[in-house]
Formats: sequence, structure tokens, C-alpha cells
Amino acid sequence: MMILSTIPIDYYLVFCSILFCIGVIGVLIKRNALLILMSVELMINSINLLLAAFSAYMNDPAGQIFVFFIMVVAAAEVAIGLAIVVLIYRTTHSIDIDVLNKLKW
Amino acid sequence: MLTQILILLPLALSLITLLLKKERTIRYFVLAGTLVEFGIAVAAFIQYKTMCHCQLQVTAGWISSLGISLKFGMDGIGLLLVLLTTFLLPIIVLSSFSHSYNRPAAFYSLVLFMEMALVGVFTAFDGMMFYIFWEMALLPAYFISAVWGGKDRIRITFKFFIYTFTGSLFMLVALIYLYFRTPLPHAFDFQSLYAVTLTPAEQSWIFLAFFVAFAIKIPIFPFHTWQPDTYAQTPASGTMLLAGIMLKMGLFGMIRWMIPICPHAVQQWGPAAMTLAVTGVVYGSLIAIMQKDMKRLVAYSSIAHVGLIAAGVFALTIHAMQGAVIQMISHGINIVGLFIVIDLIEKRTKTRNIADLGGIALKAPRLAVFFMIMLLGSIALPLTNGFIGEFLLLLGIFERYMAFSAIAGLTIILSAVYMLRMYQRTMLGTTNEITEQVTDLTWTEMAPLIPLVIMVFWIGLFPGLFLDTTLPDVLTIMSYIR
Amino acid sequence: MNTIVALIPVFPLLGFLISGVGYRHVPKKVTTFLAPGMILISFIFSFIVFLTFATSHFRYLATSLPHHLFSWIRIGPLDIPFSFLIDPLSCLMLLIVTGVGFVIHVYSVGYMKDDPGFNRFFSYMNLFVFSMLLLVMGANYPIMFIGWEGVGLCSYLLIGFWFKNHDYNNAAKKAFIMNRIGDLGFLMGMFLIFTTFHSLNYQDVFAQAKGMAFGNPNLVAITLLLFVGAAGKSAQIPLYTWLPDAMAGPTPVSALIHAATMVTAGVYMVARSNILYVLSPATMAIMGMTGLATALLAASIAIFQNDIKKILAYSTISQLGYMFVGLSVGAFTGAVFHLTTHAFFKALLFLGAGSVIHAMGGEQDIRKMGGLKHAMPKTYWTFLIATIAIAGIPPFSGFFSKDEILGKAFEFSSLVWLLAVIGSLMTAFYMFRVLFLTFFREFRGTDMQKHHLHESPAVMTIPLIILAVLAAVGGFINIPAIFGGNAGLSQFLAPVFADARAVMEHEAPLAPGTEWLLMGITLAGVLAMSAWAYHRYIIKQLGLLPDDAPRSFAVRLVSHKYYIDELYEAVIIKPTMWLSKMLHEVVELRFIDRIVDGVGNMVVWTGNTVRYIQTGNVGFYMFIMILGIILILFFNILI
Repeated sequence: MMILSTIPIDYYLVFCSILFCIGVIGVLIKRNALLILMSVELMINSINLLLAAFSAYMNDPAGQIFVFFIMVVAAAEVAIGLAIVVLIYRTTHSIDIDVLNKLKW
Repeated sequence: MLTQILILLPLALSLITLLLKKERTIRYFVLAGTLVEFGIAVAAFIQYKTMCHCQLQVTAGWISSLGISLKFGMDGIGLLLVLLTTFLLPIIVLSSFSHSYNRPAAFYSLVLFMEMALVGVFTAFDGMMFYIFWEMALLPAYFISAVWGGKDRIRITFKFFIYTFTGSLFMLVALIYLYFRTPLPHAFDFQSLYAVTLTPAEQSWIFLAFFVAFAIKIPIFPFHTWQPDTYAQTPASGTMLLAGIMLKMGLFGMIRWMIPICPHAVQQWGPAAMTLAVTGVVYGSLIAIMQKDMKRLVAYSSIAHVGLIAAGVFALTIHAMQGAVIQMISHGINIVGLFIVIDLIEKRTKTRNIADLGGIALKAPRLAVFFMIMLLGSIALPLTNGFIGEFLLLLGIFERYMAFSAIAGLTIILSAVYMLRMYQRTMLGTTNEITEQVTDLTWTEMAPLIPLVIMVFWIGLFPGLFLDTTLPDVLTIMSYIR
Repeated sequence: MNTIVALIPVFPLLGFLISGVGYRHVPKKVTTFLAPGMILISFIFSFIVFLTFATSHFRYLATSLPHHLFSWIRIGPLDIPFSFLIDPLSCLMLLIVTGVGFVIHVYSVGYMKDDPGFNRFFSYMNLFVFSMLLLVMGANYPIMFIGWEGVGLCSYLLIGFWFKNHDYNNAAKKAFIMNRIGDLGFLMGMFLIFTTFHSLNYQDVFAQAKGMAFGNPNLVAITLLLFVGAAGKSAQIPLYTWLPDAMAGPTPVSALIHAATMVTAGVYMVARSNILYVLSPATMAIMGMTGLATALLAASIAIFQNDIKKILAYSTISQLGYMFVGLSVGAFTGAVFHLTTHAFFKALLFLGAGSVIHAMGGEQDIRKMGGLKHAMPKTYWTFLIATIAIAGIPPFSGFFSKDEILGKAFEFSSLVWLLAVIGSLMTAFYMFRVLFLTFFREFRGTDMQKHHLHESPAVMTIPLIILAVLAAVGGFINIPAIFGGNAGLSQFLAPVFADARAVMEHEAPLAPGTEWLLMGITLAGVLAMSAWAYHRYIIKQLGLLPDDAPRSFAVRLVSHKYYIDELYEAVIIKPTMWLSKMLHEVVELRFIDRIVDGVGNMVVWTGNTVRYIQTGNVGFYMFIMILGIILILFFNILI
């Protein structure tokens, strides 16, 4: 806690923004569904970190409680997401999103 | 107490009907049920007139967190319309005996469901209830047309449903907006909605939203194009329900909800709305002259008649408003009578095409007499019900807008033109091979027409009972204008 | 008294209900006595009312109290009671309606005896009398309007009585619709009365009107609108064309409705509203011009017609025009007097014509008749009396009533007098033409008709004789002072027109010398015309030209009724039909409905188009999503 509070909030902001942008870029440029999911996780976690940082900064535990919520939801989401990816792979032998464009119009 | 029964009885009957199998049983069960319902309505009327003017109000919580309550009751106007509904239902059921519908249980169940919804609309004291019953009335109307209708039924009823439904969404938006303007805790009941004070701009928007919803339902020119097609495609009983009662929902909504909620906007937009309504009067009458199908002819005449009623509502004078209420009743009676007559002709000749008919009066003098009486009511001959309504409407409009009254008065001439033309081409002249075999009415066929004829002359001769019932409420509504 | 008054219209109504509702079951014998019997009872009651009235002190009251039956329409200030007003004017009308009505009912029993629609006919006739009684007895304008529309309906039903024939049906429809045009005027007039006076009861309206300024624009508008109604009902220009066509109905109908009673409703209404009219000089002028024009136009058409009923119809229009001229120059008594005598002699003429048509087996063309005076002497003599009466030869009734109108017209303007006299000369000419062509010369019909010729049965000739007596002596009820009479009718009616007389400027009455002179001129002219007709049709044996004979343009114009029917067809009916078709096919289906469908189609089209954005490419979706987020953030900063 001591260390956390000694680091100014700006650092967290910048760090989280960078993490988030990496996630965004990953989502946009990667063609592999698995990597996209991982990039999404990165974005979620950057937000989590930000929530925790602000929670400490504002001295309000609500932010950390949210983090736990998000982690739980994210775990469930990843479970379903991965399951879908696995199923897609089993049927199409590919997880390249450029190939997976059957759901259209 | 009576109000709940009035709403719940048709619902219960509707569900029980679904369980019945034999067509005969269903028919007589439904007829008896609707007659009981009419009896209850009469009892409510007597109670209202004799005991108190307590509006027979009942309230129960429903979604209390949103301020929606099951609040029902009847003022004089609502009561008369409930009476009209419950009076016409047995007649419509009786007139349907001459047809054999597929799946009678479903058919009559829908008819009863419709009765429930209509009574609900006329008794709702809560805005959300009004909206819910308003939409509920649309469903059976849609299914009756779409399942038992004519050849082109799917396309036509789809248009009918979407068109009127779109209109009512505007009303929903307006109601929700008003809801948020009520003081906390928000509520939908009519007193809260009436009490909302709106800026002129807000009133205008609310007015326009209501107007679109009601104008489509009534229908007012130029929102009427769903109507002739729908009438032509719907089975006879459905047409009677639509034309006789359902159209009155829109007019009732105008009087009961629109005027008290946005009185200034009504005054501001009145001339514009009046222009549309009066245009509809002349337009509908003119088009009716050259129609070939009897049902379509009556449909266009109905556009003219309800246009006049709407014009009367917008005239915002006591006489016009009273005329509008009495004419709503009269129009319901006359148009149902006309549709019954047309149905009887169609049943005998298998056609509604005016050009194919002729000389029926020679073969079926009773039919000719009933046709004539309904026609006279419809063209507003003095001592029939139509005259009281049109006289008061035109007088009331005249008091505020002379020119509109004179133009709307053309209906006096034009209605005679198209009605007499139809009568002459169908009933008079000599018979042809189609009308050669026409037989006169049996007692079963006359049974639904006789009470209608009695009402035509009752209202025409002694309108006092009806006028006095609605006068206090009309005065109350008028008091919002000033 | 109240009960008696209330019962007068009840009996015809009862007759209508019995023979109407039970038209299949009531035997012909019952109707034969029931229908005329009901009218007779009404007549007796009317007579009792008249006697009570004439002898009691009521006659000296300007207005009598209305007999209130029940409240009809009542909303706040609008109070329309169902009440009857008995005053000298309505008393007189009651006697005419029930009296002439009864006689015609009796005649109809003979005329219609072989018709399968016997019961139906008499139920309509009784309904007509009922409506007419409401019209004349009503104590306010709406009650009058009930009768006003009611007689229109009965006229429709009776003109189209033989409804197998579509020509008759068209004539009936035309009558009803033209009447309705007038009725709209009447209705608007009533509304204006209500907004001006806040009442529709005669008493209140007239009492307030008395105090209003001469030429008050509201009054002018009211009276003009009411006059539109009167023009429709009383067949004045431009709404007269229905009356000749109305001759499609059975002849007793023409006699009762289209000559004696219903068509005089307009005259009655103006006379009833006399105070409103005398205060509206503009209306009086328009009414006078219309009346005069109608009188001359109709008389000129009548000269060239060959159908006996059509001639009488145009003659009716012409005589009604006279009555309006009388009203417009303030000769209210004169107009009502002429209304009365006209009811006698015109009913008689029609019944006589009916007797002739009956004998000729349905033939109505006077060119195919002739010499009937030997075969049917009673019809001939009564017809002769009626002709003399209508031509205005003393001492028959028409002379006195016409003279009163002409005298007043001369006081008003000598030009009006001159034109009215010309009309009267034409009347004399065409009436004697009918008489000579029908009853004199040799028989021109087929042999079968000749064989069939017979005098009508007593049930038809007795009414003729009764009416003939009335037509002959009817004028004596109002002998002017110049003949040493006491002007009984004028005195009787004086209370009704007292207010109007007070308003009108008092011109010096005509000097006796002038009056004699005018009378002499008119009479000489009439006699000359009769002689000319005699010369043309008896001595020179003219007047049998077939329809397709070559004629000069003017004659062709007149004999085709100035092509007014064709004009209306081209200017009003055709365009209305065209408009109806056009509105339906173009405006309704191609425009309004297209817009409605267009909205729906647009939604469908938008969905169809936009769905291609759904490419199925997840990368693309994500790109759009991010872009969206960036845009939202951007706009957030911007705002």
C-alpha cells in the first residue's frame, strides 16, 4: 500500500492507457481469434488496474470491489469465449477471423 | 364493482369459449354471455343515473413502483360508449349466426376478447391502462381479419396492423413523457396526467403525438387509407366491430385524454385539425358516390361521418361536443345496421357489387324497409338518431367556424346522393338473374335489426336521456379549455 | 285543447304505422277506409281548433302560446321543445292540408284500386300528411325542419312509387337531392338564427327581431339562407327542375304533394318569418326577382309542353313564383290567399288530369287526346272551372288572389306589375290550350283507347266536384273592399302579419279608379289570351306538331326547357362524378395510399440496403466498433 500510494496517479493513468491501446491494437490487427480474446483480456485488465489505482487514490473500496466483479465476469466470459473458439476450430479447422465470415447479411 | 365485472366477464367468457366444441353450443353460449354483459352495463347505467354520479370507480395497485394502477371507472361519456359496446355485441353475434366460420371457438373467443378490450379502453382511468387496452383491442381485430378474411387479407391486415400500431406508439411516447412530468412519485392515472402543466411547445408535441394516434384510428383524412381495404376484406362481424365500436376509441381518446391534457395546443391546432376533418367529410362523401362495392361505399361514408364528429370535437363548443358524443353512438348503430343489411344481401346473392344487383325490394320488402331505415338514419333525416348528432355537430361548429360548418354541411347533400344511389341500384328497379332468387328476411335475420331500428328512433325522438347523461362530463372537459 | 292539437298529427301517423307495418296483412278494405278516415279525423280536429280559435279571444293576440308536448333537444341554452303553435296562419294551413289531403285520399282510393302496392301507397300518403302537419304546426324552426325533410322523404318515396322503372327512381332521387340542397340552406339559416337570437322558437326570435334595425346584415343572411331552403322546396330558380320530373309519381301524389301542399311549404315558411323578411330589403329584392323570373320562365316553358302533367307542373312552378313575388312586395296575405286558392284549383287540375289519364289508359300527351268532354262530362266541367280559376277570370277564386298580389305589386313598382301580368297572360293561354286540346275537337287517340273511354267512378268524381266548388267560391273568403267585401282572410291573418305591417312603409293605398283600371287591363288581357287560344286551337285547329317538326331556334329553346337540365348535367352532375372518380383513382389510390405504402416500402428498402453492412467479418466489426468509440469520445470532447 505504501508503495502504491507513493507512486503518483498519473503514472497509472499513462501505464493503463498504454496497456489499453496495446489491447486495442491487438484486437484490430490480429487475425487469430485466440489472440484477439487475449487482447480483450488485456484491455479489461488495464481497466481493472485503473479501478484499483483510483480506489487507493480516492480511499474508496468500491473500486476494488468492482475489480473483483469484473474478474469474475471476465473469467466466465473467457470460459465461454474459449469454448466457442474451440468449437469453431473443431468444425472449421481454423480460427482465423478472415475465414470465419459465414454469419453475414 | 360493476366495472370490474364488465371487464372481467368477457375475458372469462372468452376463455371458456375456447373449451367448447360444438358450434351451436358456442353460439348460444356467446350470445347469452354478451346479453348478460349488456344487462350488467344497463345496471351500471341505472346505478349511475339513480344512485350517484360517483363514476363507479375501482382502483387496485398493479405496478405500483411505476405508478401504474388498475384504475377503472366510468363517466357519462365512457358509460354511454360501454353501453354501445355491450349493446352492439349481442347484435353482432346474432348477425354472425348466418355464417358458419371455421374454428368457431377461436372466432367467438376473439370477439369476446375484443369486447373486453373495448370496455377496458372506455373505462380506463389510468393512462397506461388506456394504452394497454387500446393495443389489446387491435389484436383480436387483426386476427379476425387475417384468419377469416377475404382473398387479399394477409397484405391488407398487415398494413392495417402496422399502420394503427405505429400510430399508437406515438401515443405511448406522449404518455411516457407526461408520466415523467407528473410530480414525484410519478403516476399514470388521469388526474395526475390532467394536472401536468406543460409549456406551449411541449403541449404542441404531445398534441401531435396524440393526434396521429387518434387520427389513424378514427380515421381522419389523410390517415384513412387502411380503412376501406380492411373493411372490404374483413368478415362481416369483424367489420361491424371495427366500424361500429373500434373507431370510437379514437374519438373517445380525443375527448377524454387529448383535450384535458393539452387544451391550449388543441385550441392552437384546432383550425388545422378541423381543416383535415372537414376535408375528410367532403372527400369521403365524394369518393363514396362512385364506389362499386357496397362495403367500400359504406366505408367511405364512414370516413365522412367520423370526420364530421372529429370536426365537432375540435370545434370546442358544448353543442358540438355533445353532438360528437351522441353521434358516436348513432354512427355505431347505423353503420352496424348497414353492414348487417349488406351482409344479408351478400349472403343471398354472393356479391357486393352494386352493378350486379337490382330489384331486391320486389323480392324482399322487409329487407328493403330495414335498409331504408338504416339509410335514413345515416343520412340524418330528422326524427332519426343521425339528425340529432349532425344537427348538434353542425350547429356547434357553426358557432365557432361558420365556413367549416357550411362546407361540412355538404354531407347533408352528398350523403343523400351516394346512399340513394346505392339503394336505387341494389333495391329498386327490376330483378336480374342474380337477384331473382332472393328471399325475404327470416325472423332470425330480423332479430338483430329490430333493436337497431328501435334505437334509431329512440335517439331520434327522445335524445334527452343520452344528452343529459353526458352533459356534466362535457362541461367538465370544456372547463379545461378556459 | 292541448290534447286536440297534439292529436291532429297523431292520426295520420297511426294510419301510416298500421298500413305500413302490416302492409302484407292489412286487407285492402281496411286501408280503403283507414287511410282517408285518419285524415278526415285530423280534418275534423283541425276544424274544431279553427272554430275555437276563430271564436275565442286568442285571435286578437299577436302570437298564441305554443302547445308544449315534450322536450326534444335540450343542452344548456339550446332548448328545442317539441311544441306546436296554433295561430291563424297555421290554422289555415291545417285546414288546407287535412281538407285537400282528405279529398285527394278519397280520390286515390279509386285511382289506385288495382295497384298491388295499395297499402304501401296509403302508408306513404299518411306519412306525408303527418310530416306536412308537423311542418305547419311546429312552434320552432327545428320542428318545421322535421316536417320539411319529412315531406321531402315522402315525396321521394311517392315519386319513385313504381320503383321498377329507373326513370321514376331517378326523378325521385333528383327531387330528394335538390330538396336537400335547399335544406342545407335552411339548416344554416337556423344556425345563424340561433347564434343571433340564442333561440329557435318563433316567439323568441320574432320578438327580438322586431327590435332590430332595418337591413341588419345578420337578418339579411338569415333570410337569404332560409330562402335557399324555400327555393328548394317550392321549386324556384335555380332549384326548380325536380318538380316537372316529379310527375313520375301517381297523379294523386302530384296533386297532393307537388301542387297543393308540400311545394307551398316555402311560401308558408317565408310568411311565417315575415318579420325577418320585411327587415331585410336585400332578400326581399332577390326573392322578388327570383319569383318573377321563375314565374315567367316556367310559364313560357309550359306553353310548349305537350305532356298534360308537365304543363301543370310548370304551371305550379309559375304560380309559386307568383306567391314569392307577392311575399317580396309585402303582400303576405295575398301570397297566403293565393296559396289557398291555388291548392284548390291546382289539386283539381291534377285530379282532373289523373281522371283523363286514367280514362286514356296512361296516355299523357295532349296531342293524342281530344273531344273528351262528351265522354267524361264531370271531369270536363270541373276541369273547366279550374282553368277559369287559374286563368284569373272573375268571380272564380284565382282572380281574387291574383288580383291582390298584382295590386300590391303595382304599389311597389309598375314594372313588377307589368311582368306579373305578362306571366298571368301566358298562364291563361297555356291553360286554355290544355283545355281545348284535351276536351274539344275530335278524338285523336287509338281505337282501343276510344273504346275504353269512360267517366271515372264516383269515388273519383266526387272529390273533383268538391274541389271544383272550392275553386269556384274559394275566392270569396277574402273579397277586397273595392267589391264591398270585408277581406275576411286578411282580418283573420292580420295578427300574424301585424309586426311586419308596422315595419313596412305606409304607402297610400291605390285609388279605387286605378284599382279598377288595373283589374280591367288584366282581365281584358286574360280574355284576349283565352280568345286567341280558342282561335288557334279550335278555329284553326293548330297545335298538333310532332316533336321532330322543324321549328325556329327560339321555339326549340323553349320547348327544350331552355336546356336547363342539360346545363345542370354538364355543369354539376358530370363534374361531380368526374371528381368522385378522379379523387378515388388518382388522389386516393395513386397519391395518399402510395405515400402510406411508400413509408412501409422505405422501411423495407432501408433494411434491405443496410443489411449488407453485416459483412460477417469480425475484424471489420471490431474496426467499426473502435471507430465508434473514438468518435463518441471525440464528440464528447467537442461538446
